[in-house]
Amino acid sequence: MKAAAVLGVLAVIVALWYCAAVWLNAAWTYDQAARNGTEVTFTLLLTDTMAQERPVLPPPHQVVAELWKGLTAYNITSKKSLVYHGYVTLVSTFSGFVLGSLLGILLAVGIVQSRTMELGLMPWAVISQTVPVVAIAPMIVVLSNSLGFGDHLGVSNALVSKTIIAAYLSYFPVLVGMVKGLRSPDQMQLDQLKTYSASEAQGFFKLRLPSSVPYLFTSLKVGIAASLVGAIVGELPTGAIEGLGARMLIGSQFGSPIIVWAALFAAAILAGVLILIVRVVETVVTRNMGVRV
Amino acid sequence: MNAAVIEAKGVNLVFQTGDGPVQALKDINLSVSKGEFVSFIGPSGCGKTTFLRAIAALEHPTSGSLTVNGMTPDEARRKRAYGYVFQAAGLYPWRTIAKNISLPLEIMGFSKEEQQSRVERVLELVELSGFGKKFPWQLSGGMQQRASIARALAFDADILLMDEPFGALDEIVRDRLNEELLKLWNRTGKTIGFVTHSIPEAVYLSTKIVVMSPRPGRITDIIDSPLPRERPLDIRDTKAFIDIAHRVREGLRAGHTDD
Repeated sequence: MKAAAVLGVLAVIVALWYCAAVWLNAAWTYDQAARNGTEVTFTLLLTDTMAQERPVLPPPHQVVAELWKGLTAYNITSKKSLVYHGYVTLVSTFSGFVLGSLLGILLAVGIVQSRTMELGLMPWAVISQTVPVVAIAPMIVVLSNSLGFGDHLGVSNALVSKTIIAAYLSYFPVLVGMVKGLRSPDQMQLDQLKTYSASEAQGFFKLRLPSSVPYLFTSLKVGIAASLVGAIVGELPTGAIEGLGARMLIGSQFGSPIIVWAALFAAAILAGVLILIVRVVETVVTRNMGVRV
Repeated sequence: MNAAVIEAKGVNLVFQTGDGPVQALKDINLSVSKGEFVSFIGPSGCGKTTFLRAIAALEHPTSGSLTVNGMTPDEARRKRAYGYVFQAAGLYPWRTIAKNISLPLEIMGFSKEEQQSRVERVLELVELSGFGKKFPWQLSGGMQQRASIARALAFDADILLMDEPFGALDEIVRDRLNEELLKLWNRTGKTIGFVTHSIPEAVYLSTKIVVMSPRPGRITDIIDSPLPRERPLDIRDTKAFIDIAHRVREGLRAGHTDD
């Protein structure tokens, strides 16, 4: 029943996509026919819109074929392999996610512990998210290239800038989730600790931190997806030749939407895998914390 | 003569609220001796919980003197004078029952072996032996509340303060737990302060019943119960029991006519 519903929705999406492909790609077919002085029959319309080299909207089978080719046809170290580009994006997604999550957690701890920190930090955290990432990404790229952090760390400057951009997007959901989680213990629980004359630190480690775990994982799932977006955006203005973002840029520069769409789907699959990994870690952790299964 | 364990002289407590000051406690005078079981009964807003919290130094009187074991409530707390049982069991869901009970022991810095032996002892005291490895969700509400009592007993405080500990439980479970609480009190000789809404509960459990009334929160009657320490459940059908219950009800009514 559940599977039927999921497949049903998928079928509807694919059907709509095919209709849209015919509709959007038809202009080119009519153009070509007018130039050649031939008639456009219904059969020609259907077959041609399904198999153009530079379609406005590539139909699903073209995208899947390109995706499959990108994943399997080349050696995984080849510049044509989507596995290779996916790996490059994965590395910066992951480093940005780790950095962003740590930053989010640390800021949340500070904000919960101190009213001054909350007043001083929270507005800036919110403002940071209102700045469009596409506007700030090129600046980060330029800055990290000219400062050359990567040279000191023994990694490429591109990785540094992509990490910073990914962290910039992912720290915020973690910050917000952790502030809420660390504040989730109720007054009764806090009073109870007071009756034991518990110190602030004891209250933090024995009550606040474990209470925040469910909130943490919810925000980590949002955070890792945001990190991936950050890594891809970070690949666009770098003139990078590696990574899914670079793949999309190349596809659009060479007027090949099929490549863009294939890279897009590769990114979506990557996001799904990343969220799955967080969910597995979450299951392991919460089971060890005695949560009902 | 026994020195008073809890002594209140002219205690006033005023809360500053958005609507102006609210007198939560007015001129409270009370003396509780060692080993007594004192119930505080009255309608909502009569200050019974506030008074219990003041004893625990969770609230601070605006004037008057309040001593616990001859010390200020804050000092008494640091000396681990009391264990506090809240209305909800408040067990940490990520800790087993045994680990929940050792929470205060960890905080107070008991050794691992000491923690373990104490946990076993109090689990036995509340008849939960063998449940130490369970998680809270695997226990019924009544068992959870017993675990929270065990937690309050774990560090050997002389005083047990209980704020409507059985309020959220059904009457059958509540009867059982009342009986067990009396047994526990007999065995340990603790001084118990017990806040309740229920007249039968107060009369059944207490050696001293403090009847309170609201606006401002004050004491209208203090009844020293003539009932014996050994109290089977059917003591509730005796004339002595019914007489005390009647006097409590009168006290509550008297408080209300002042409105």
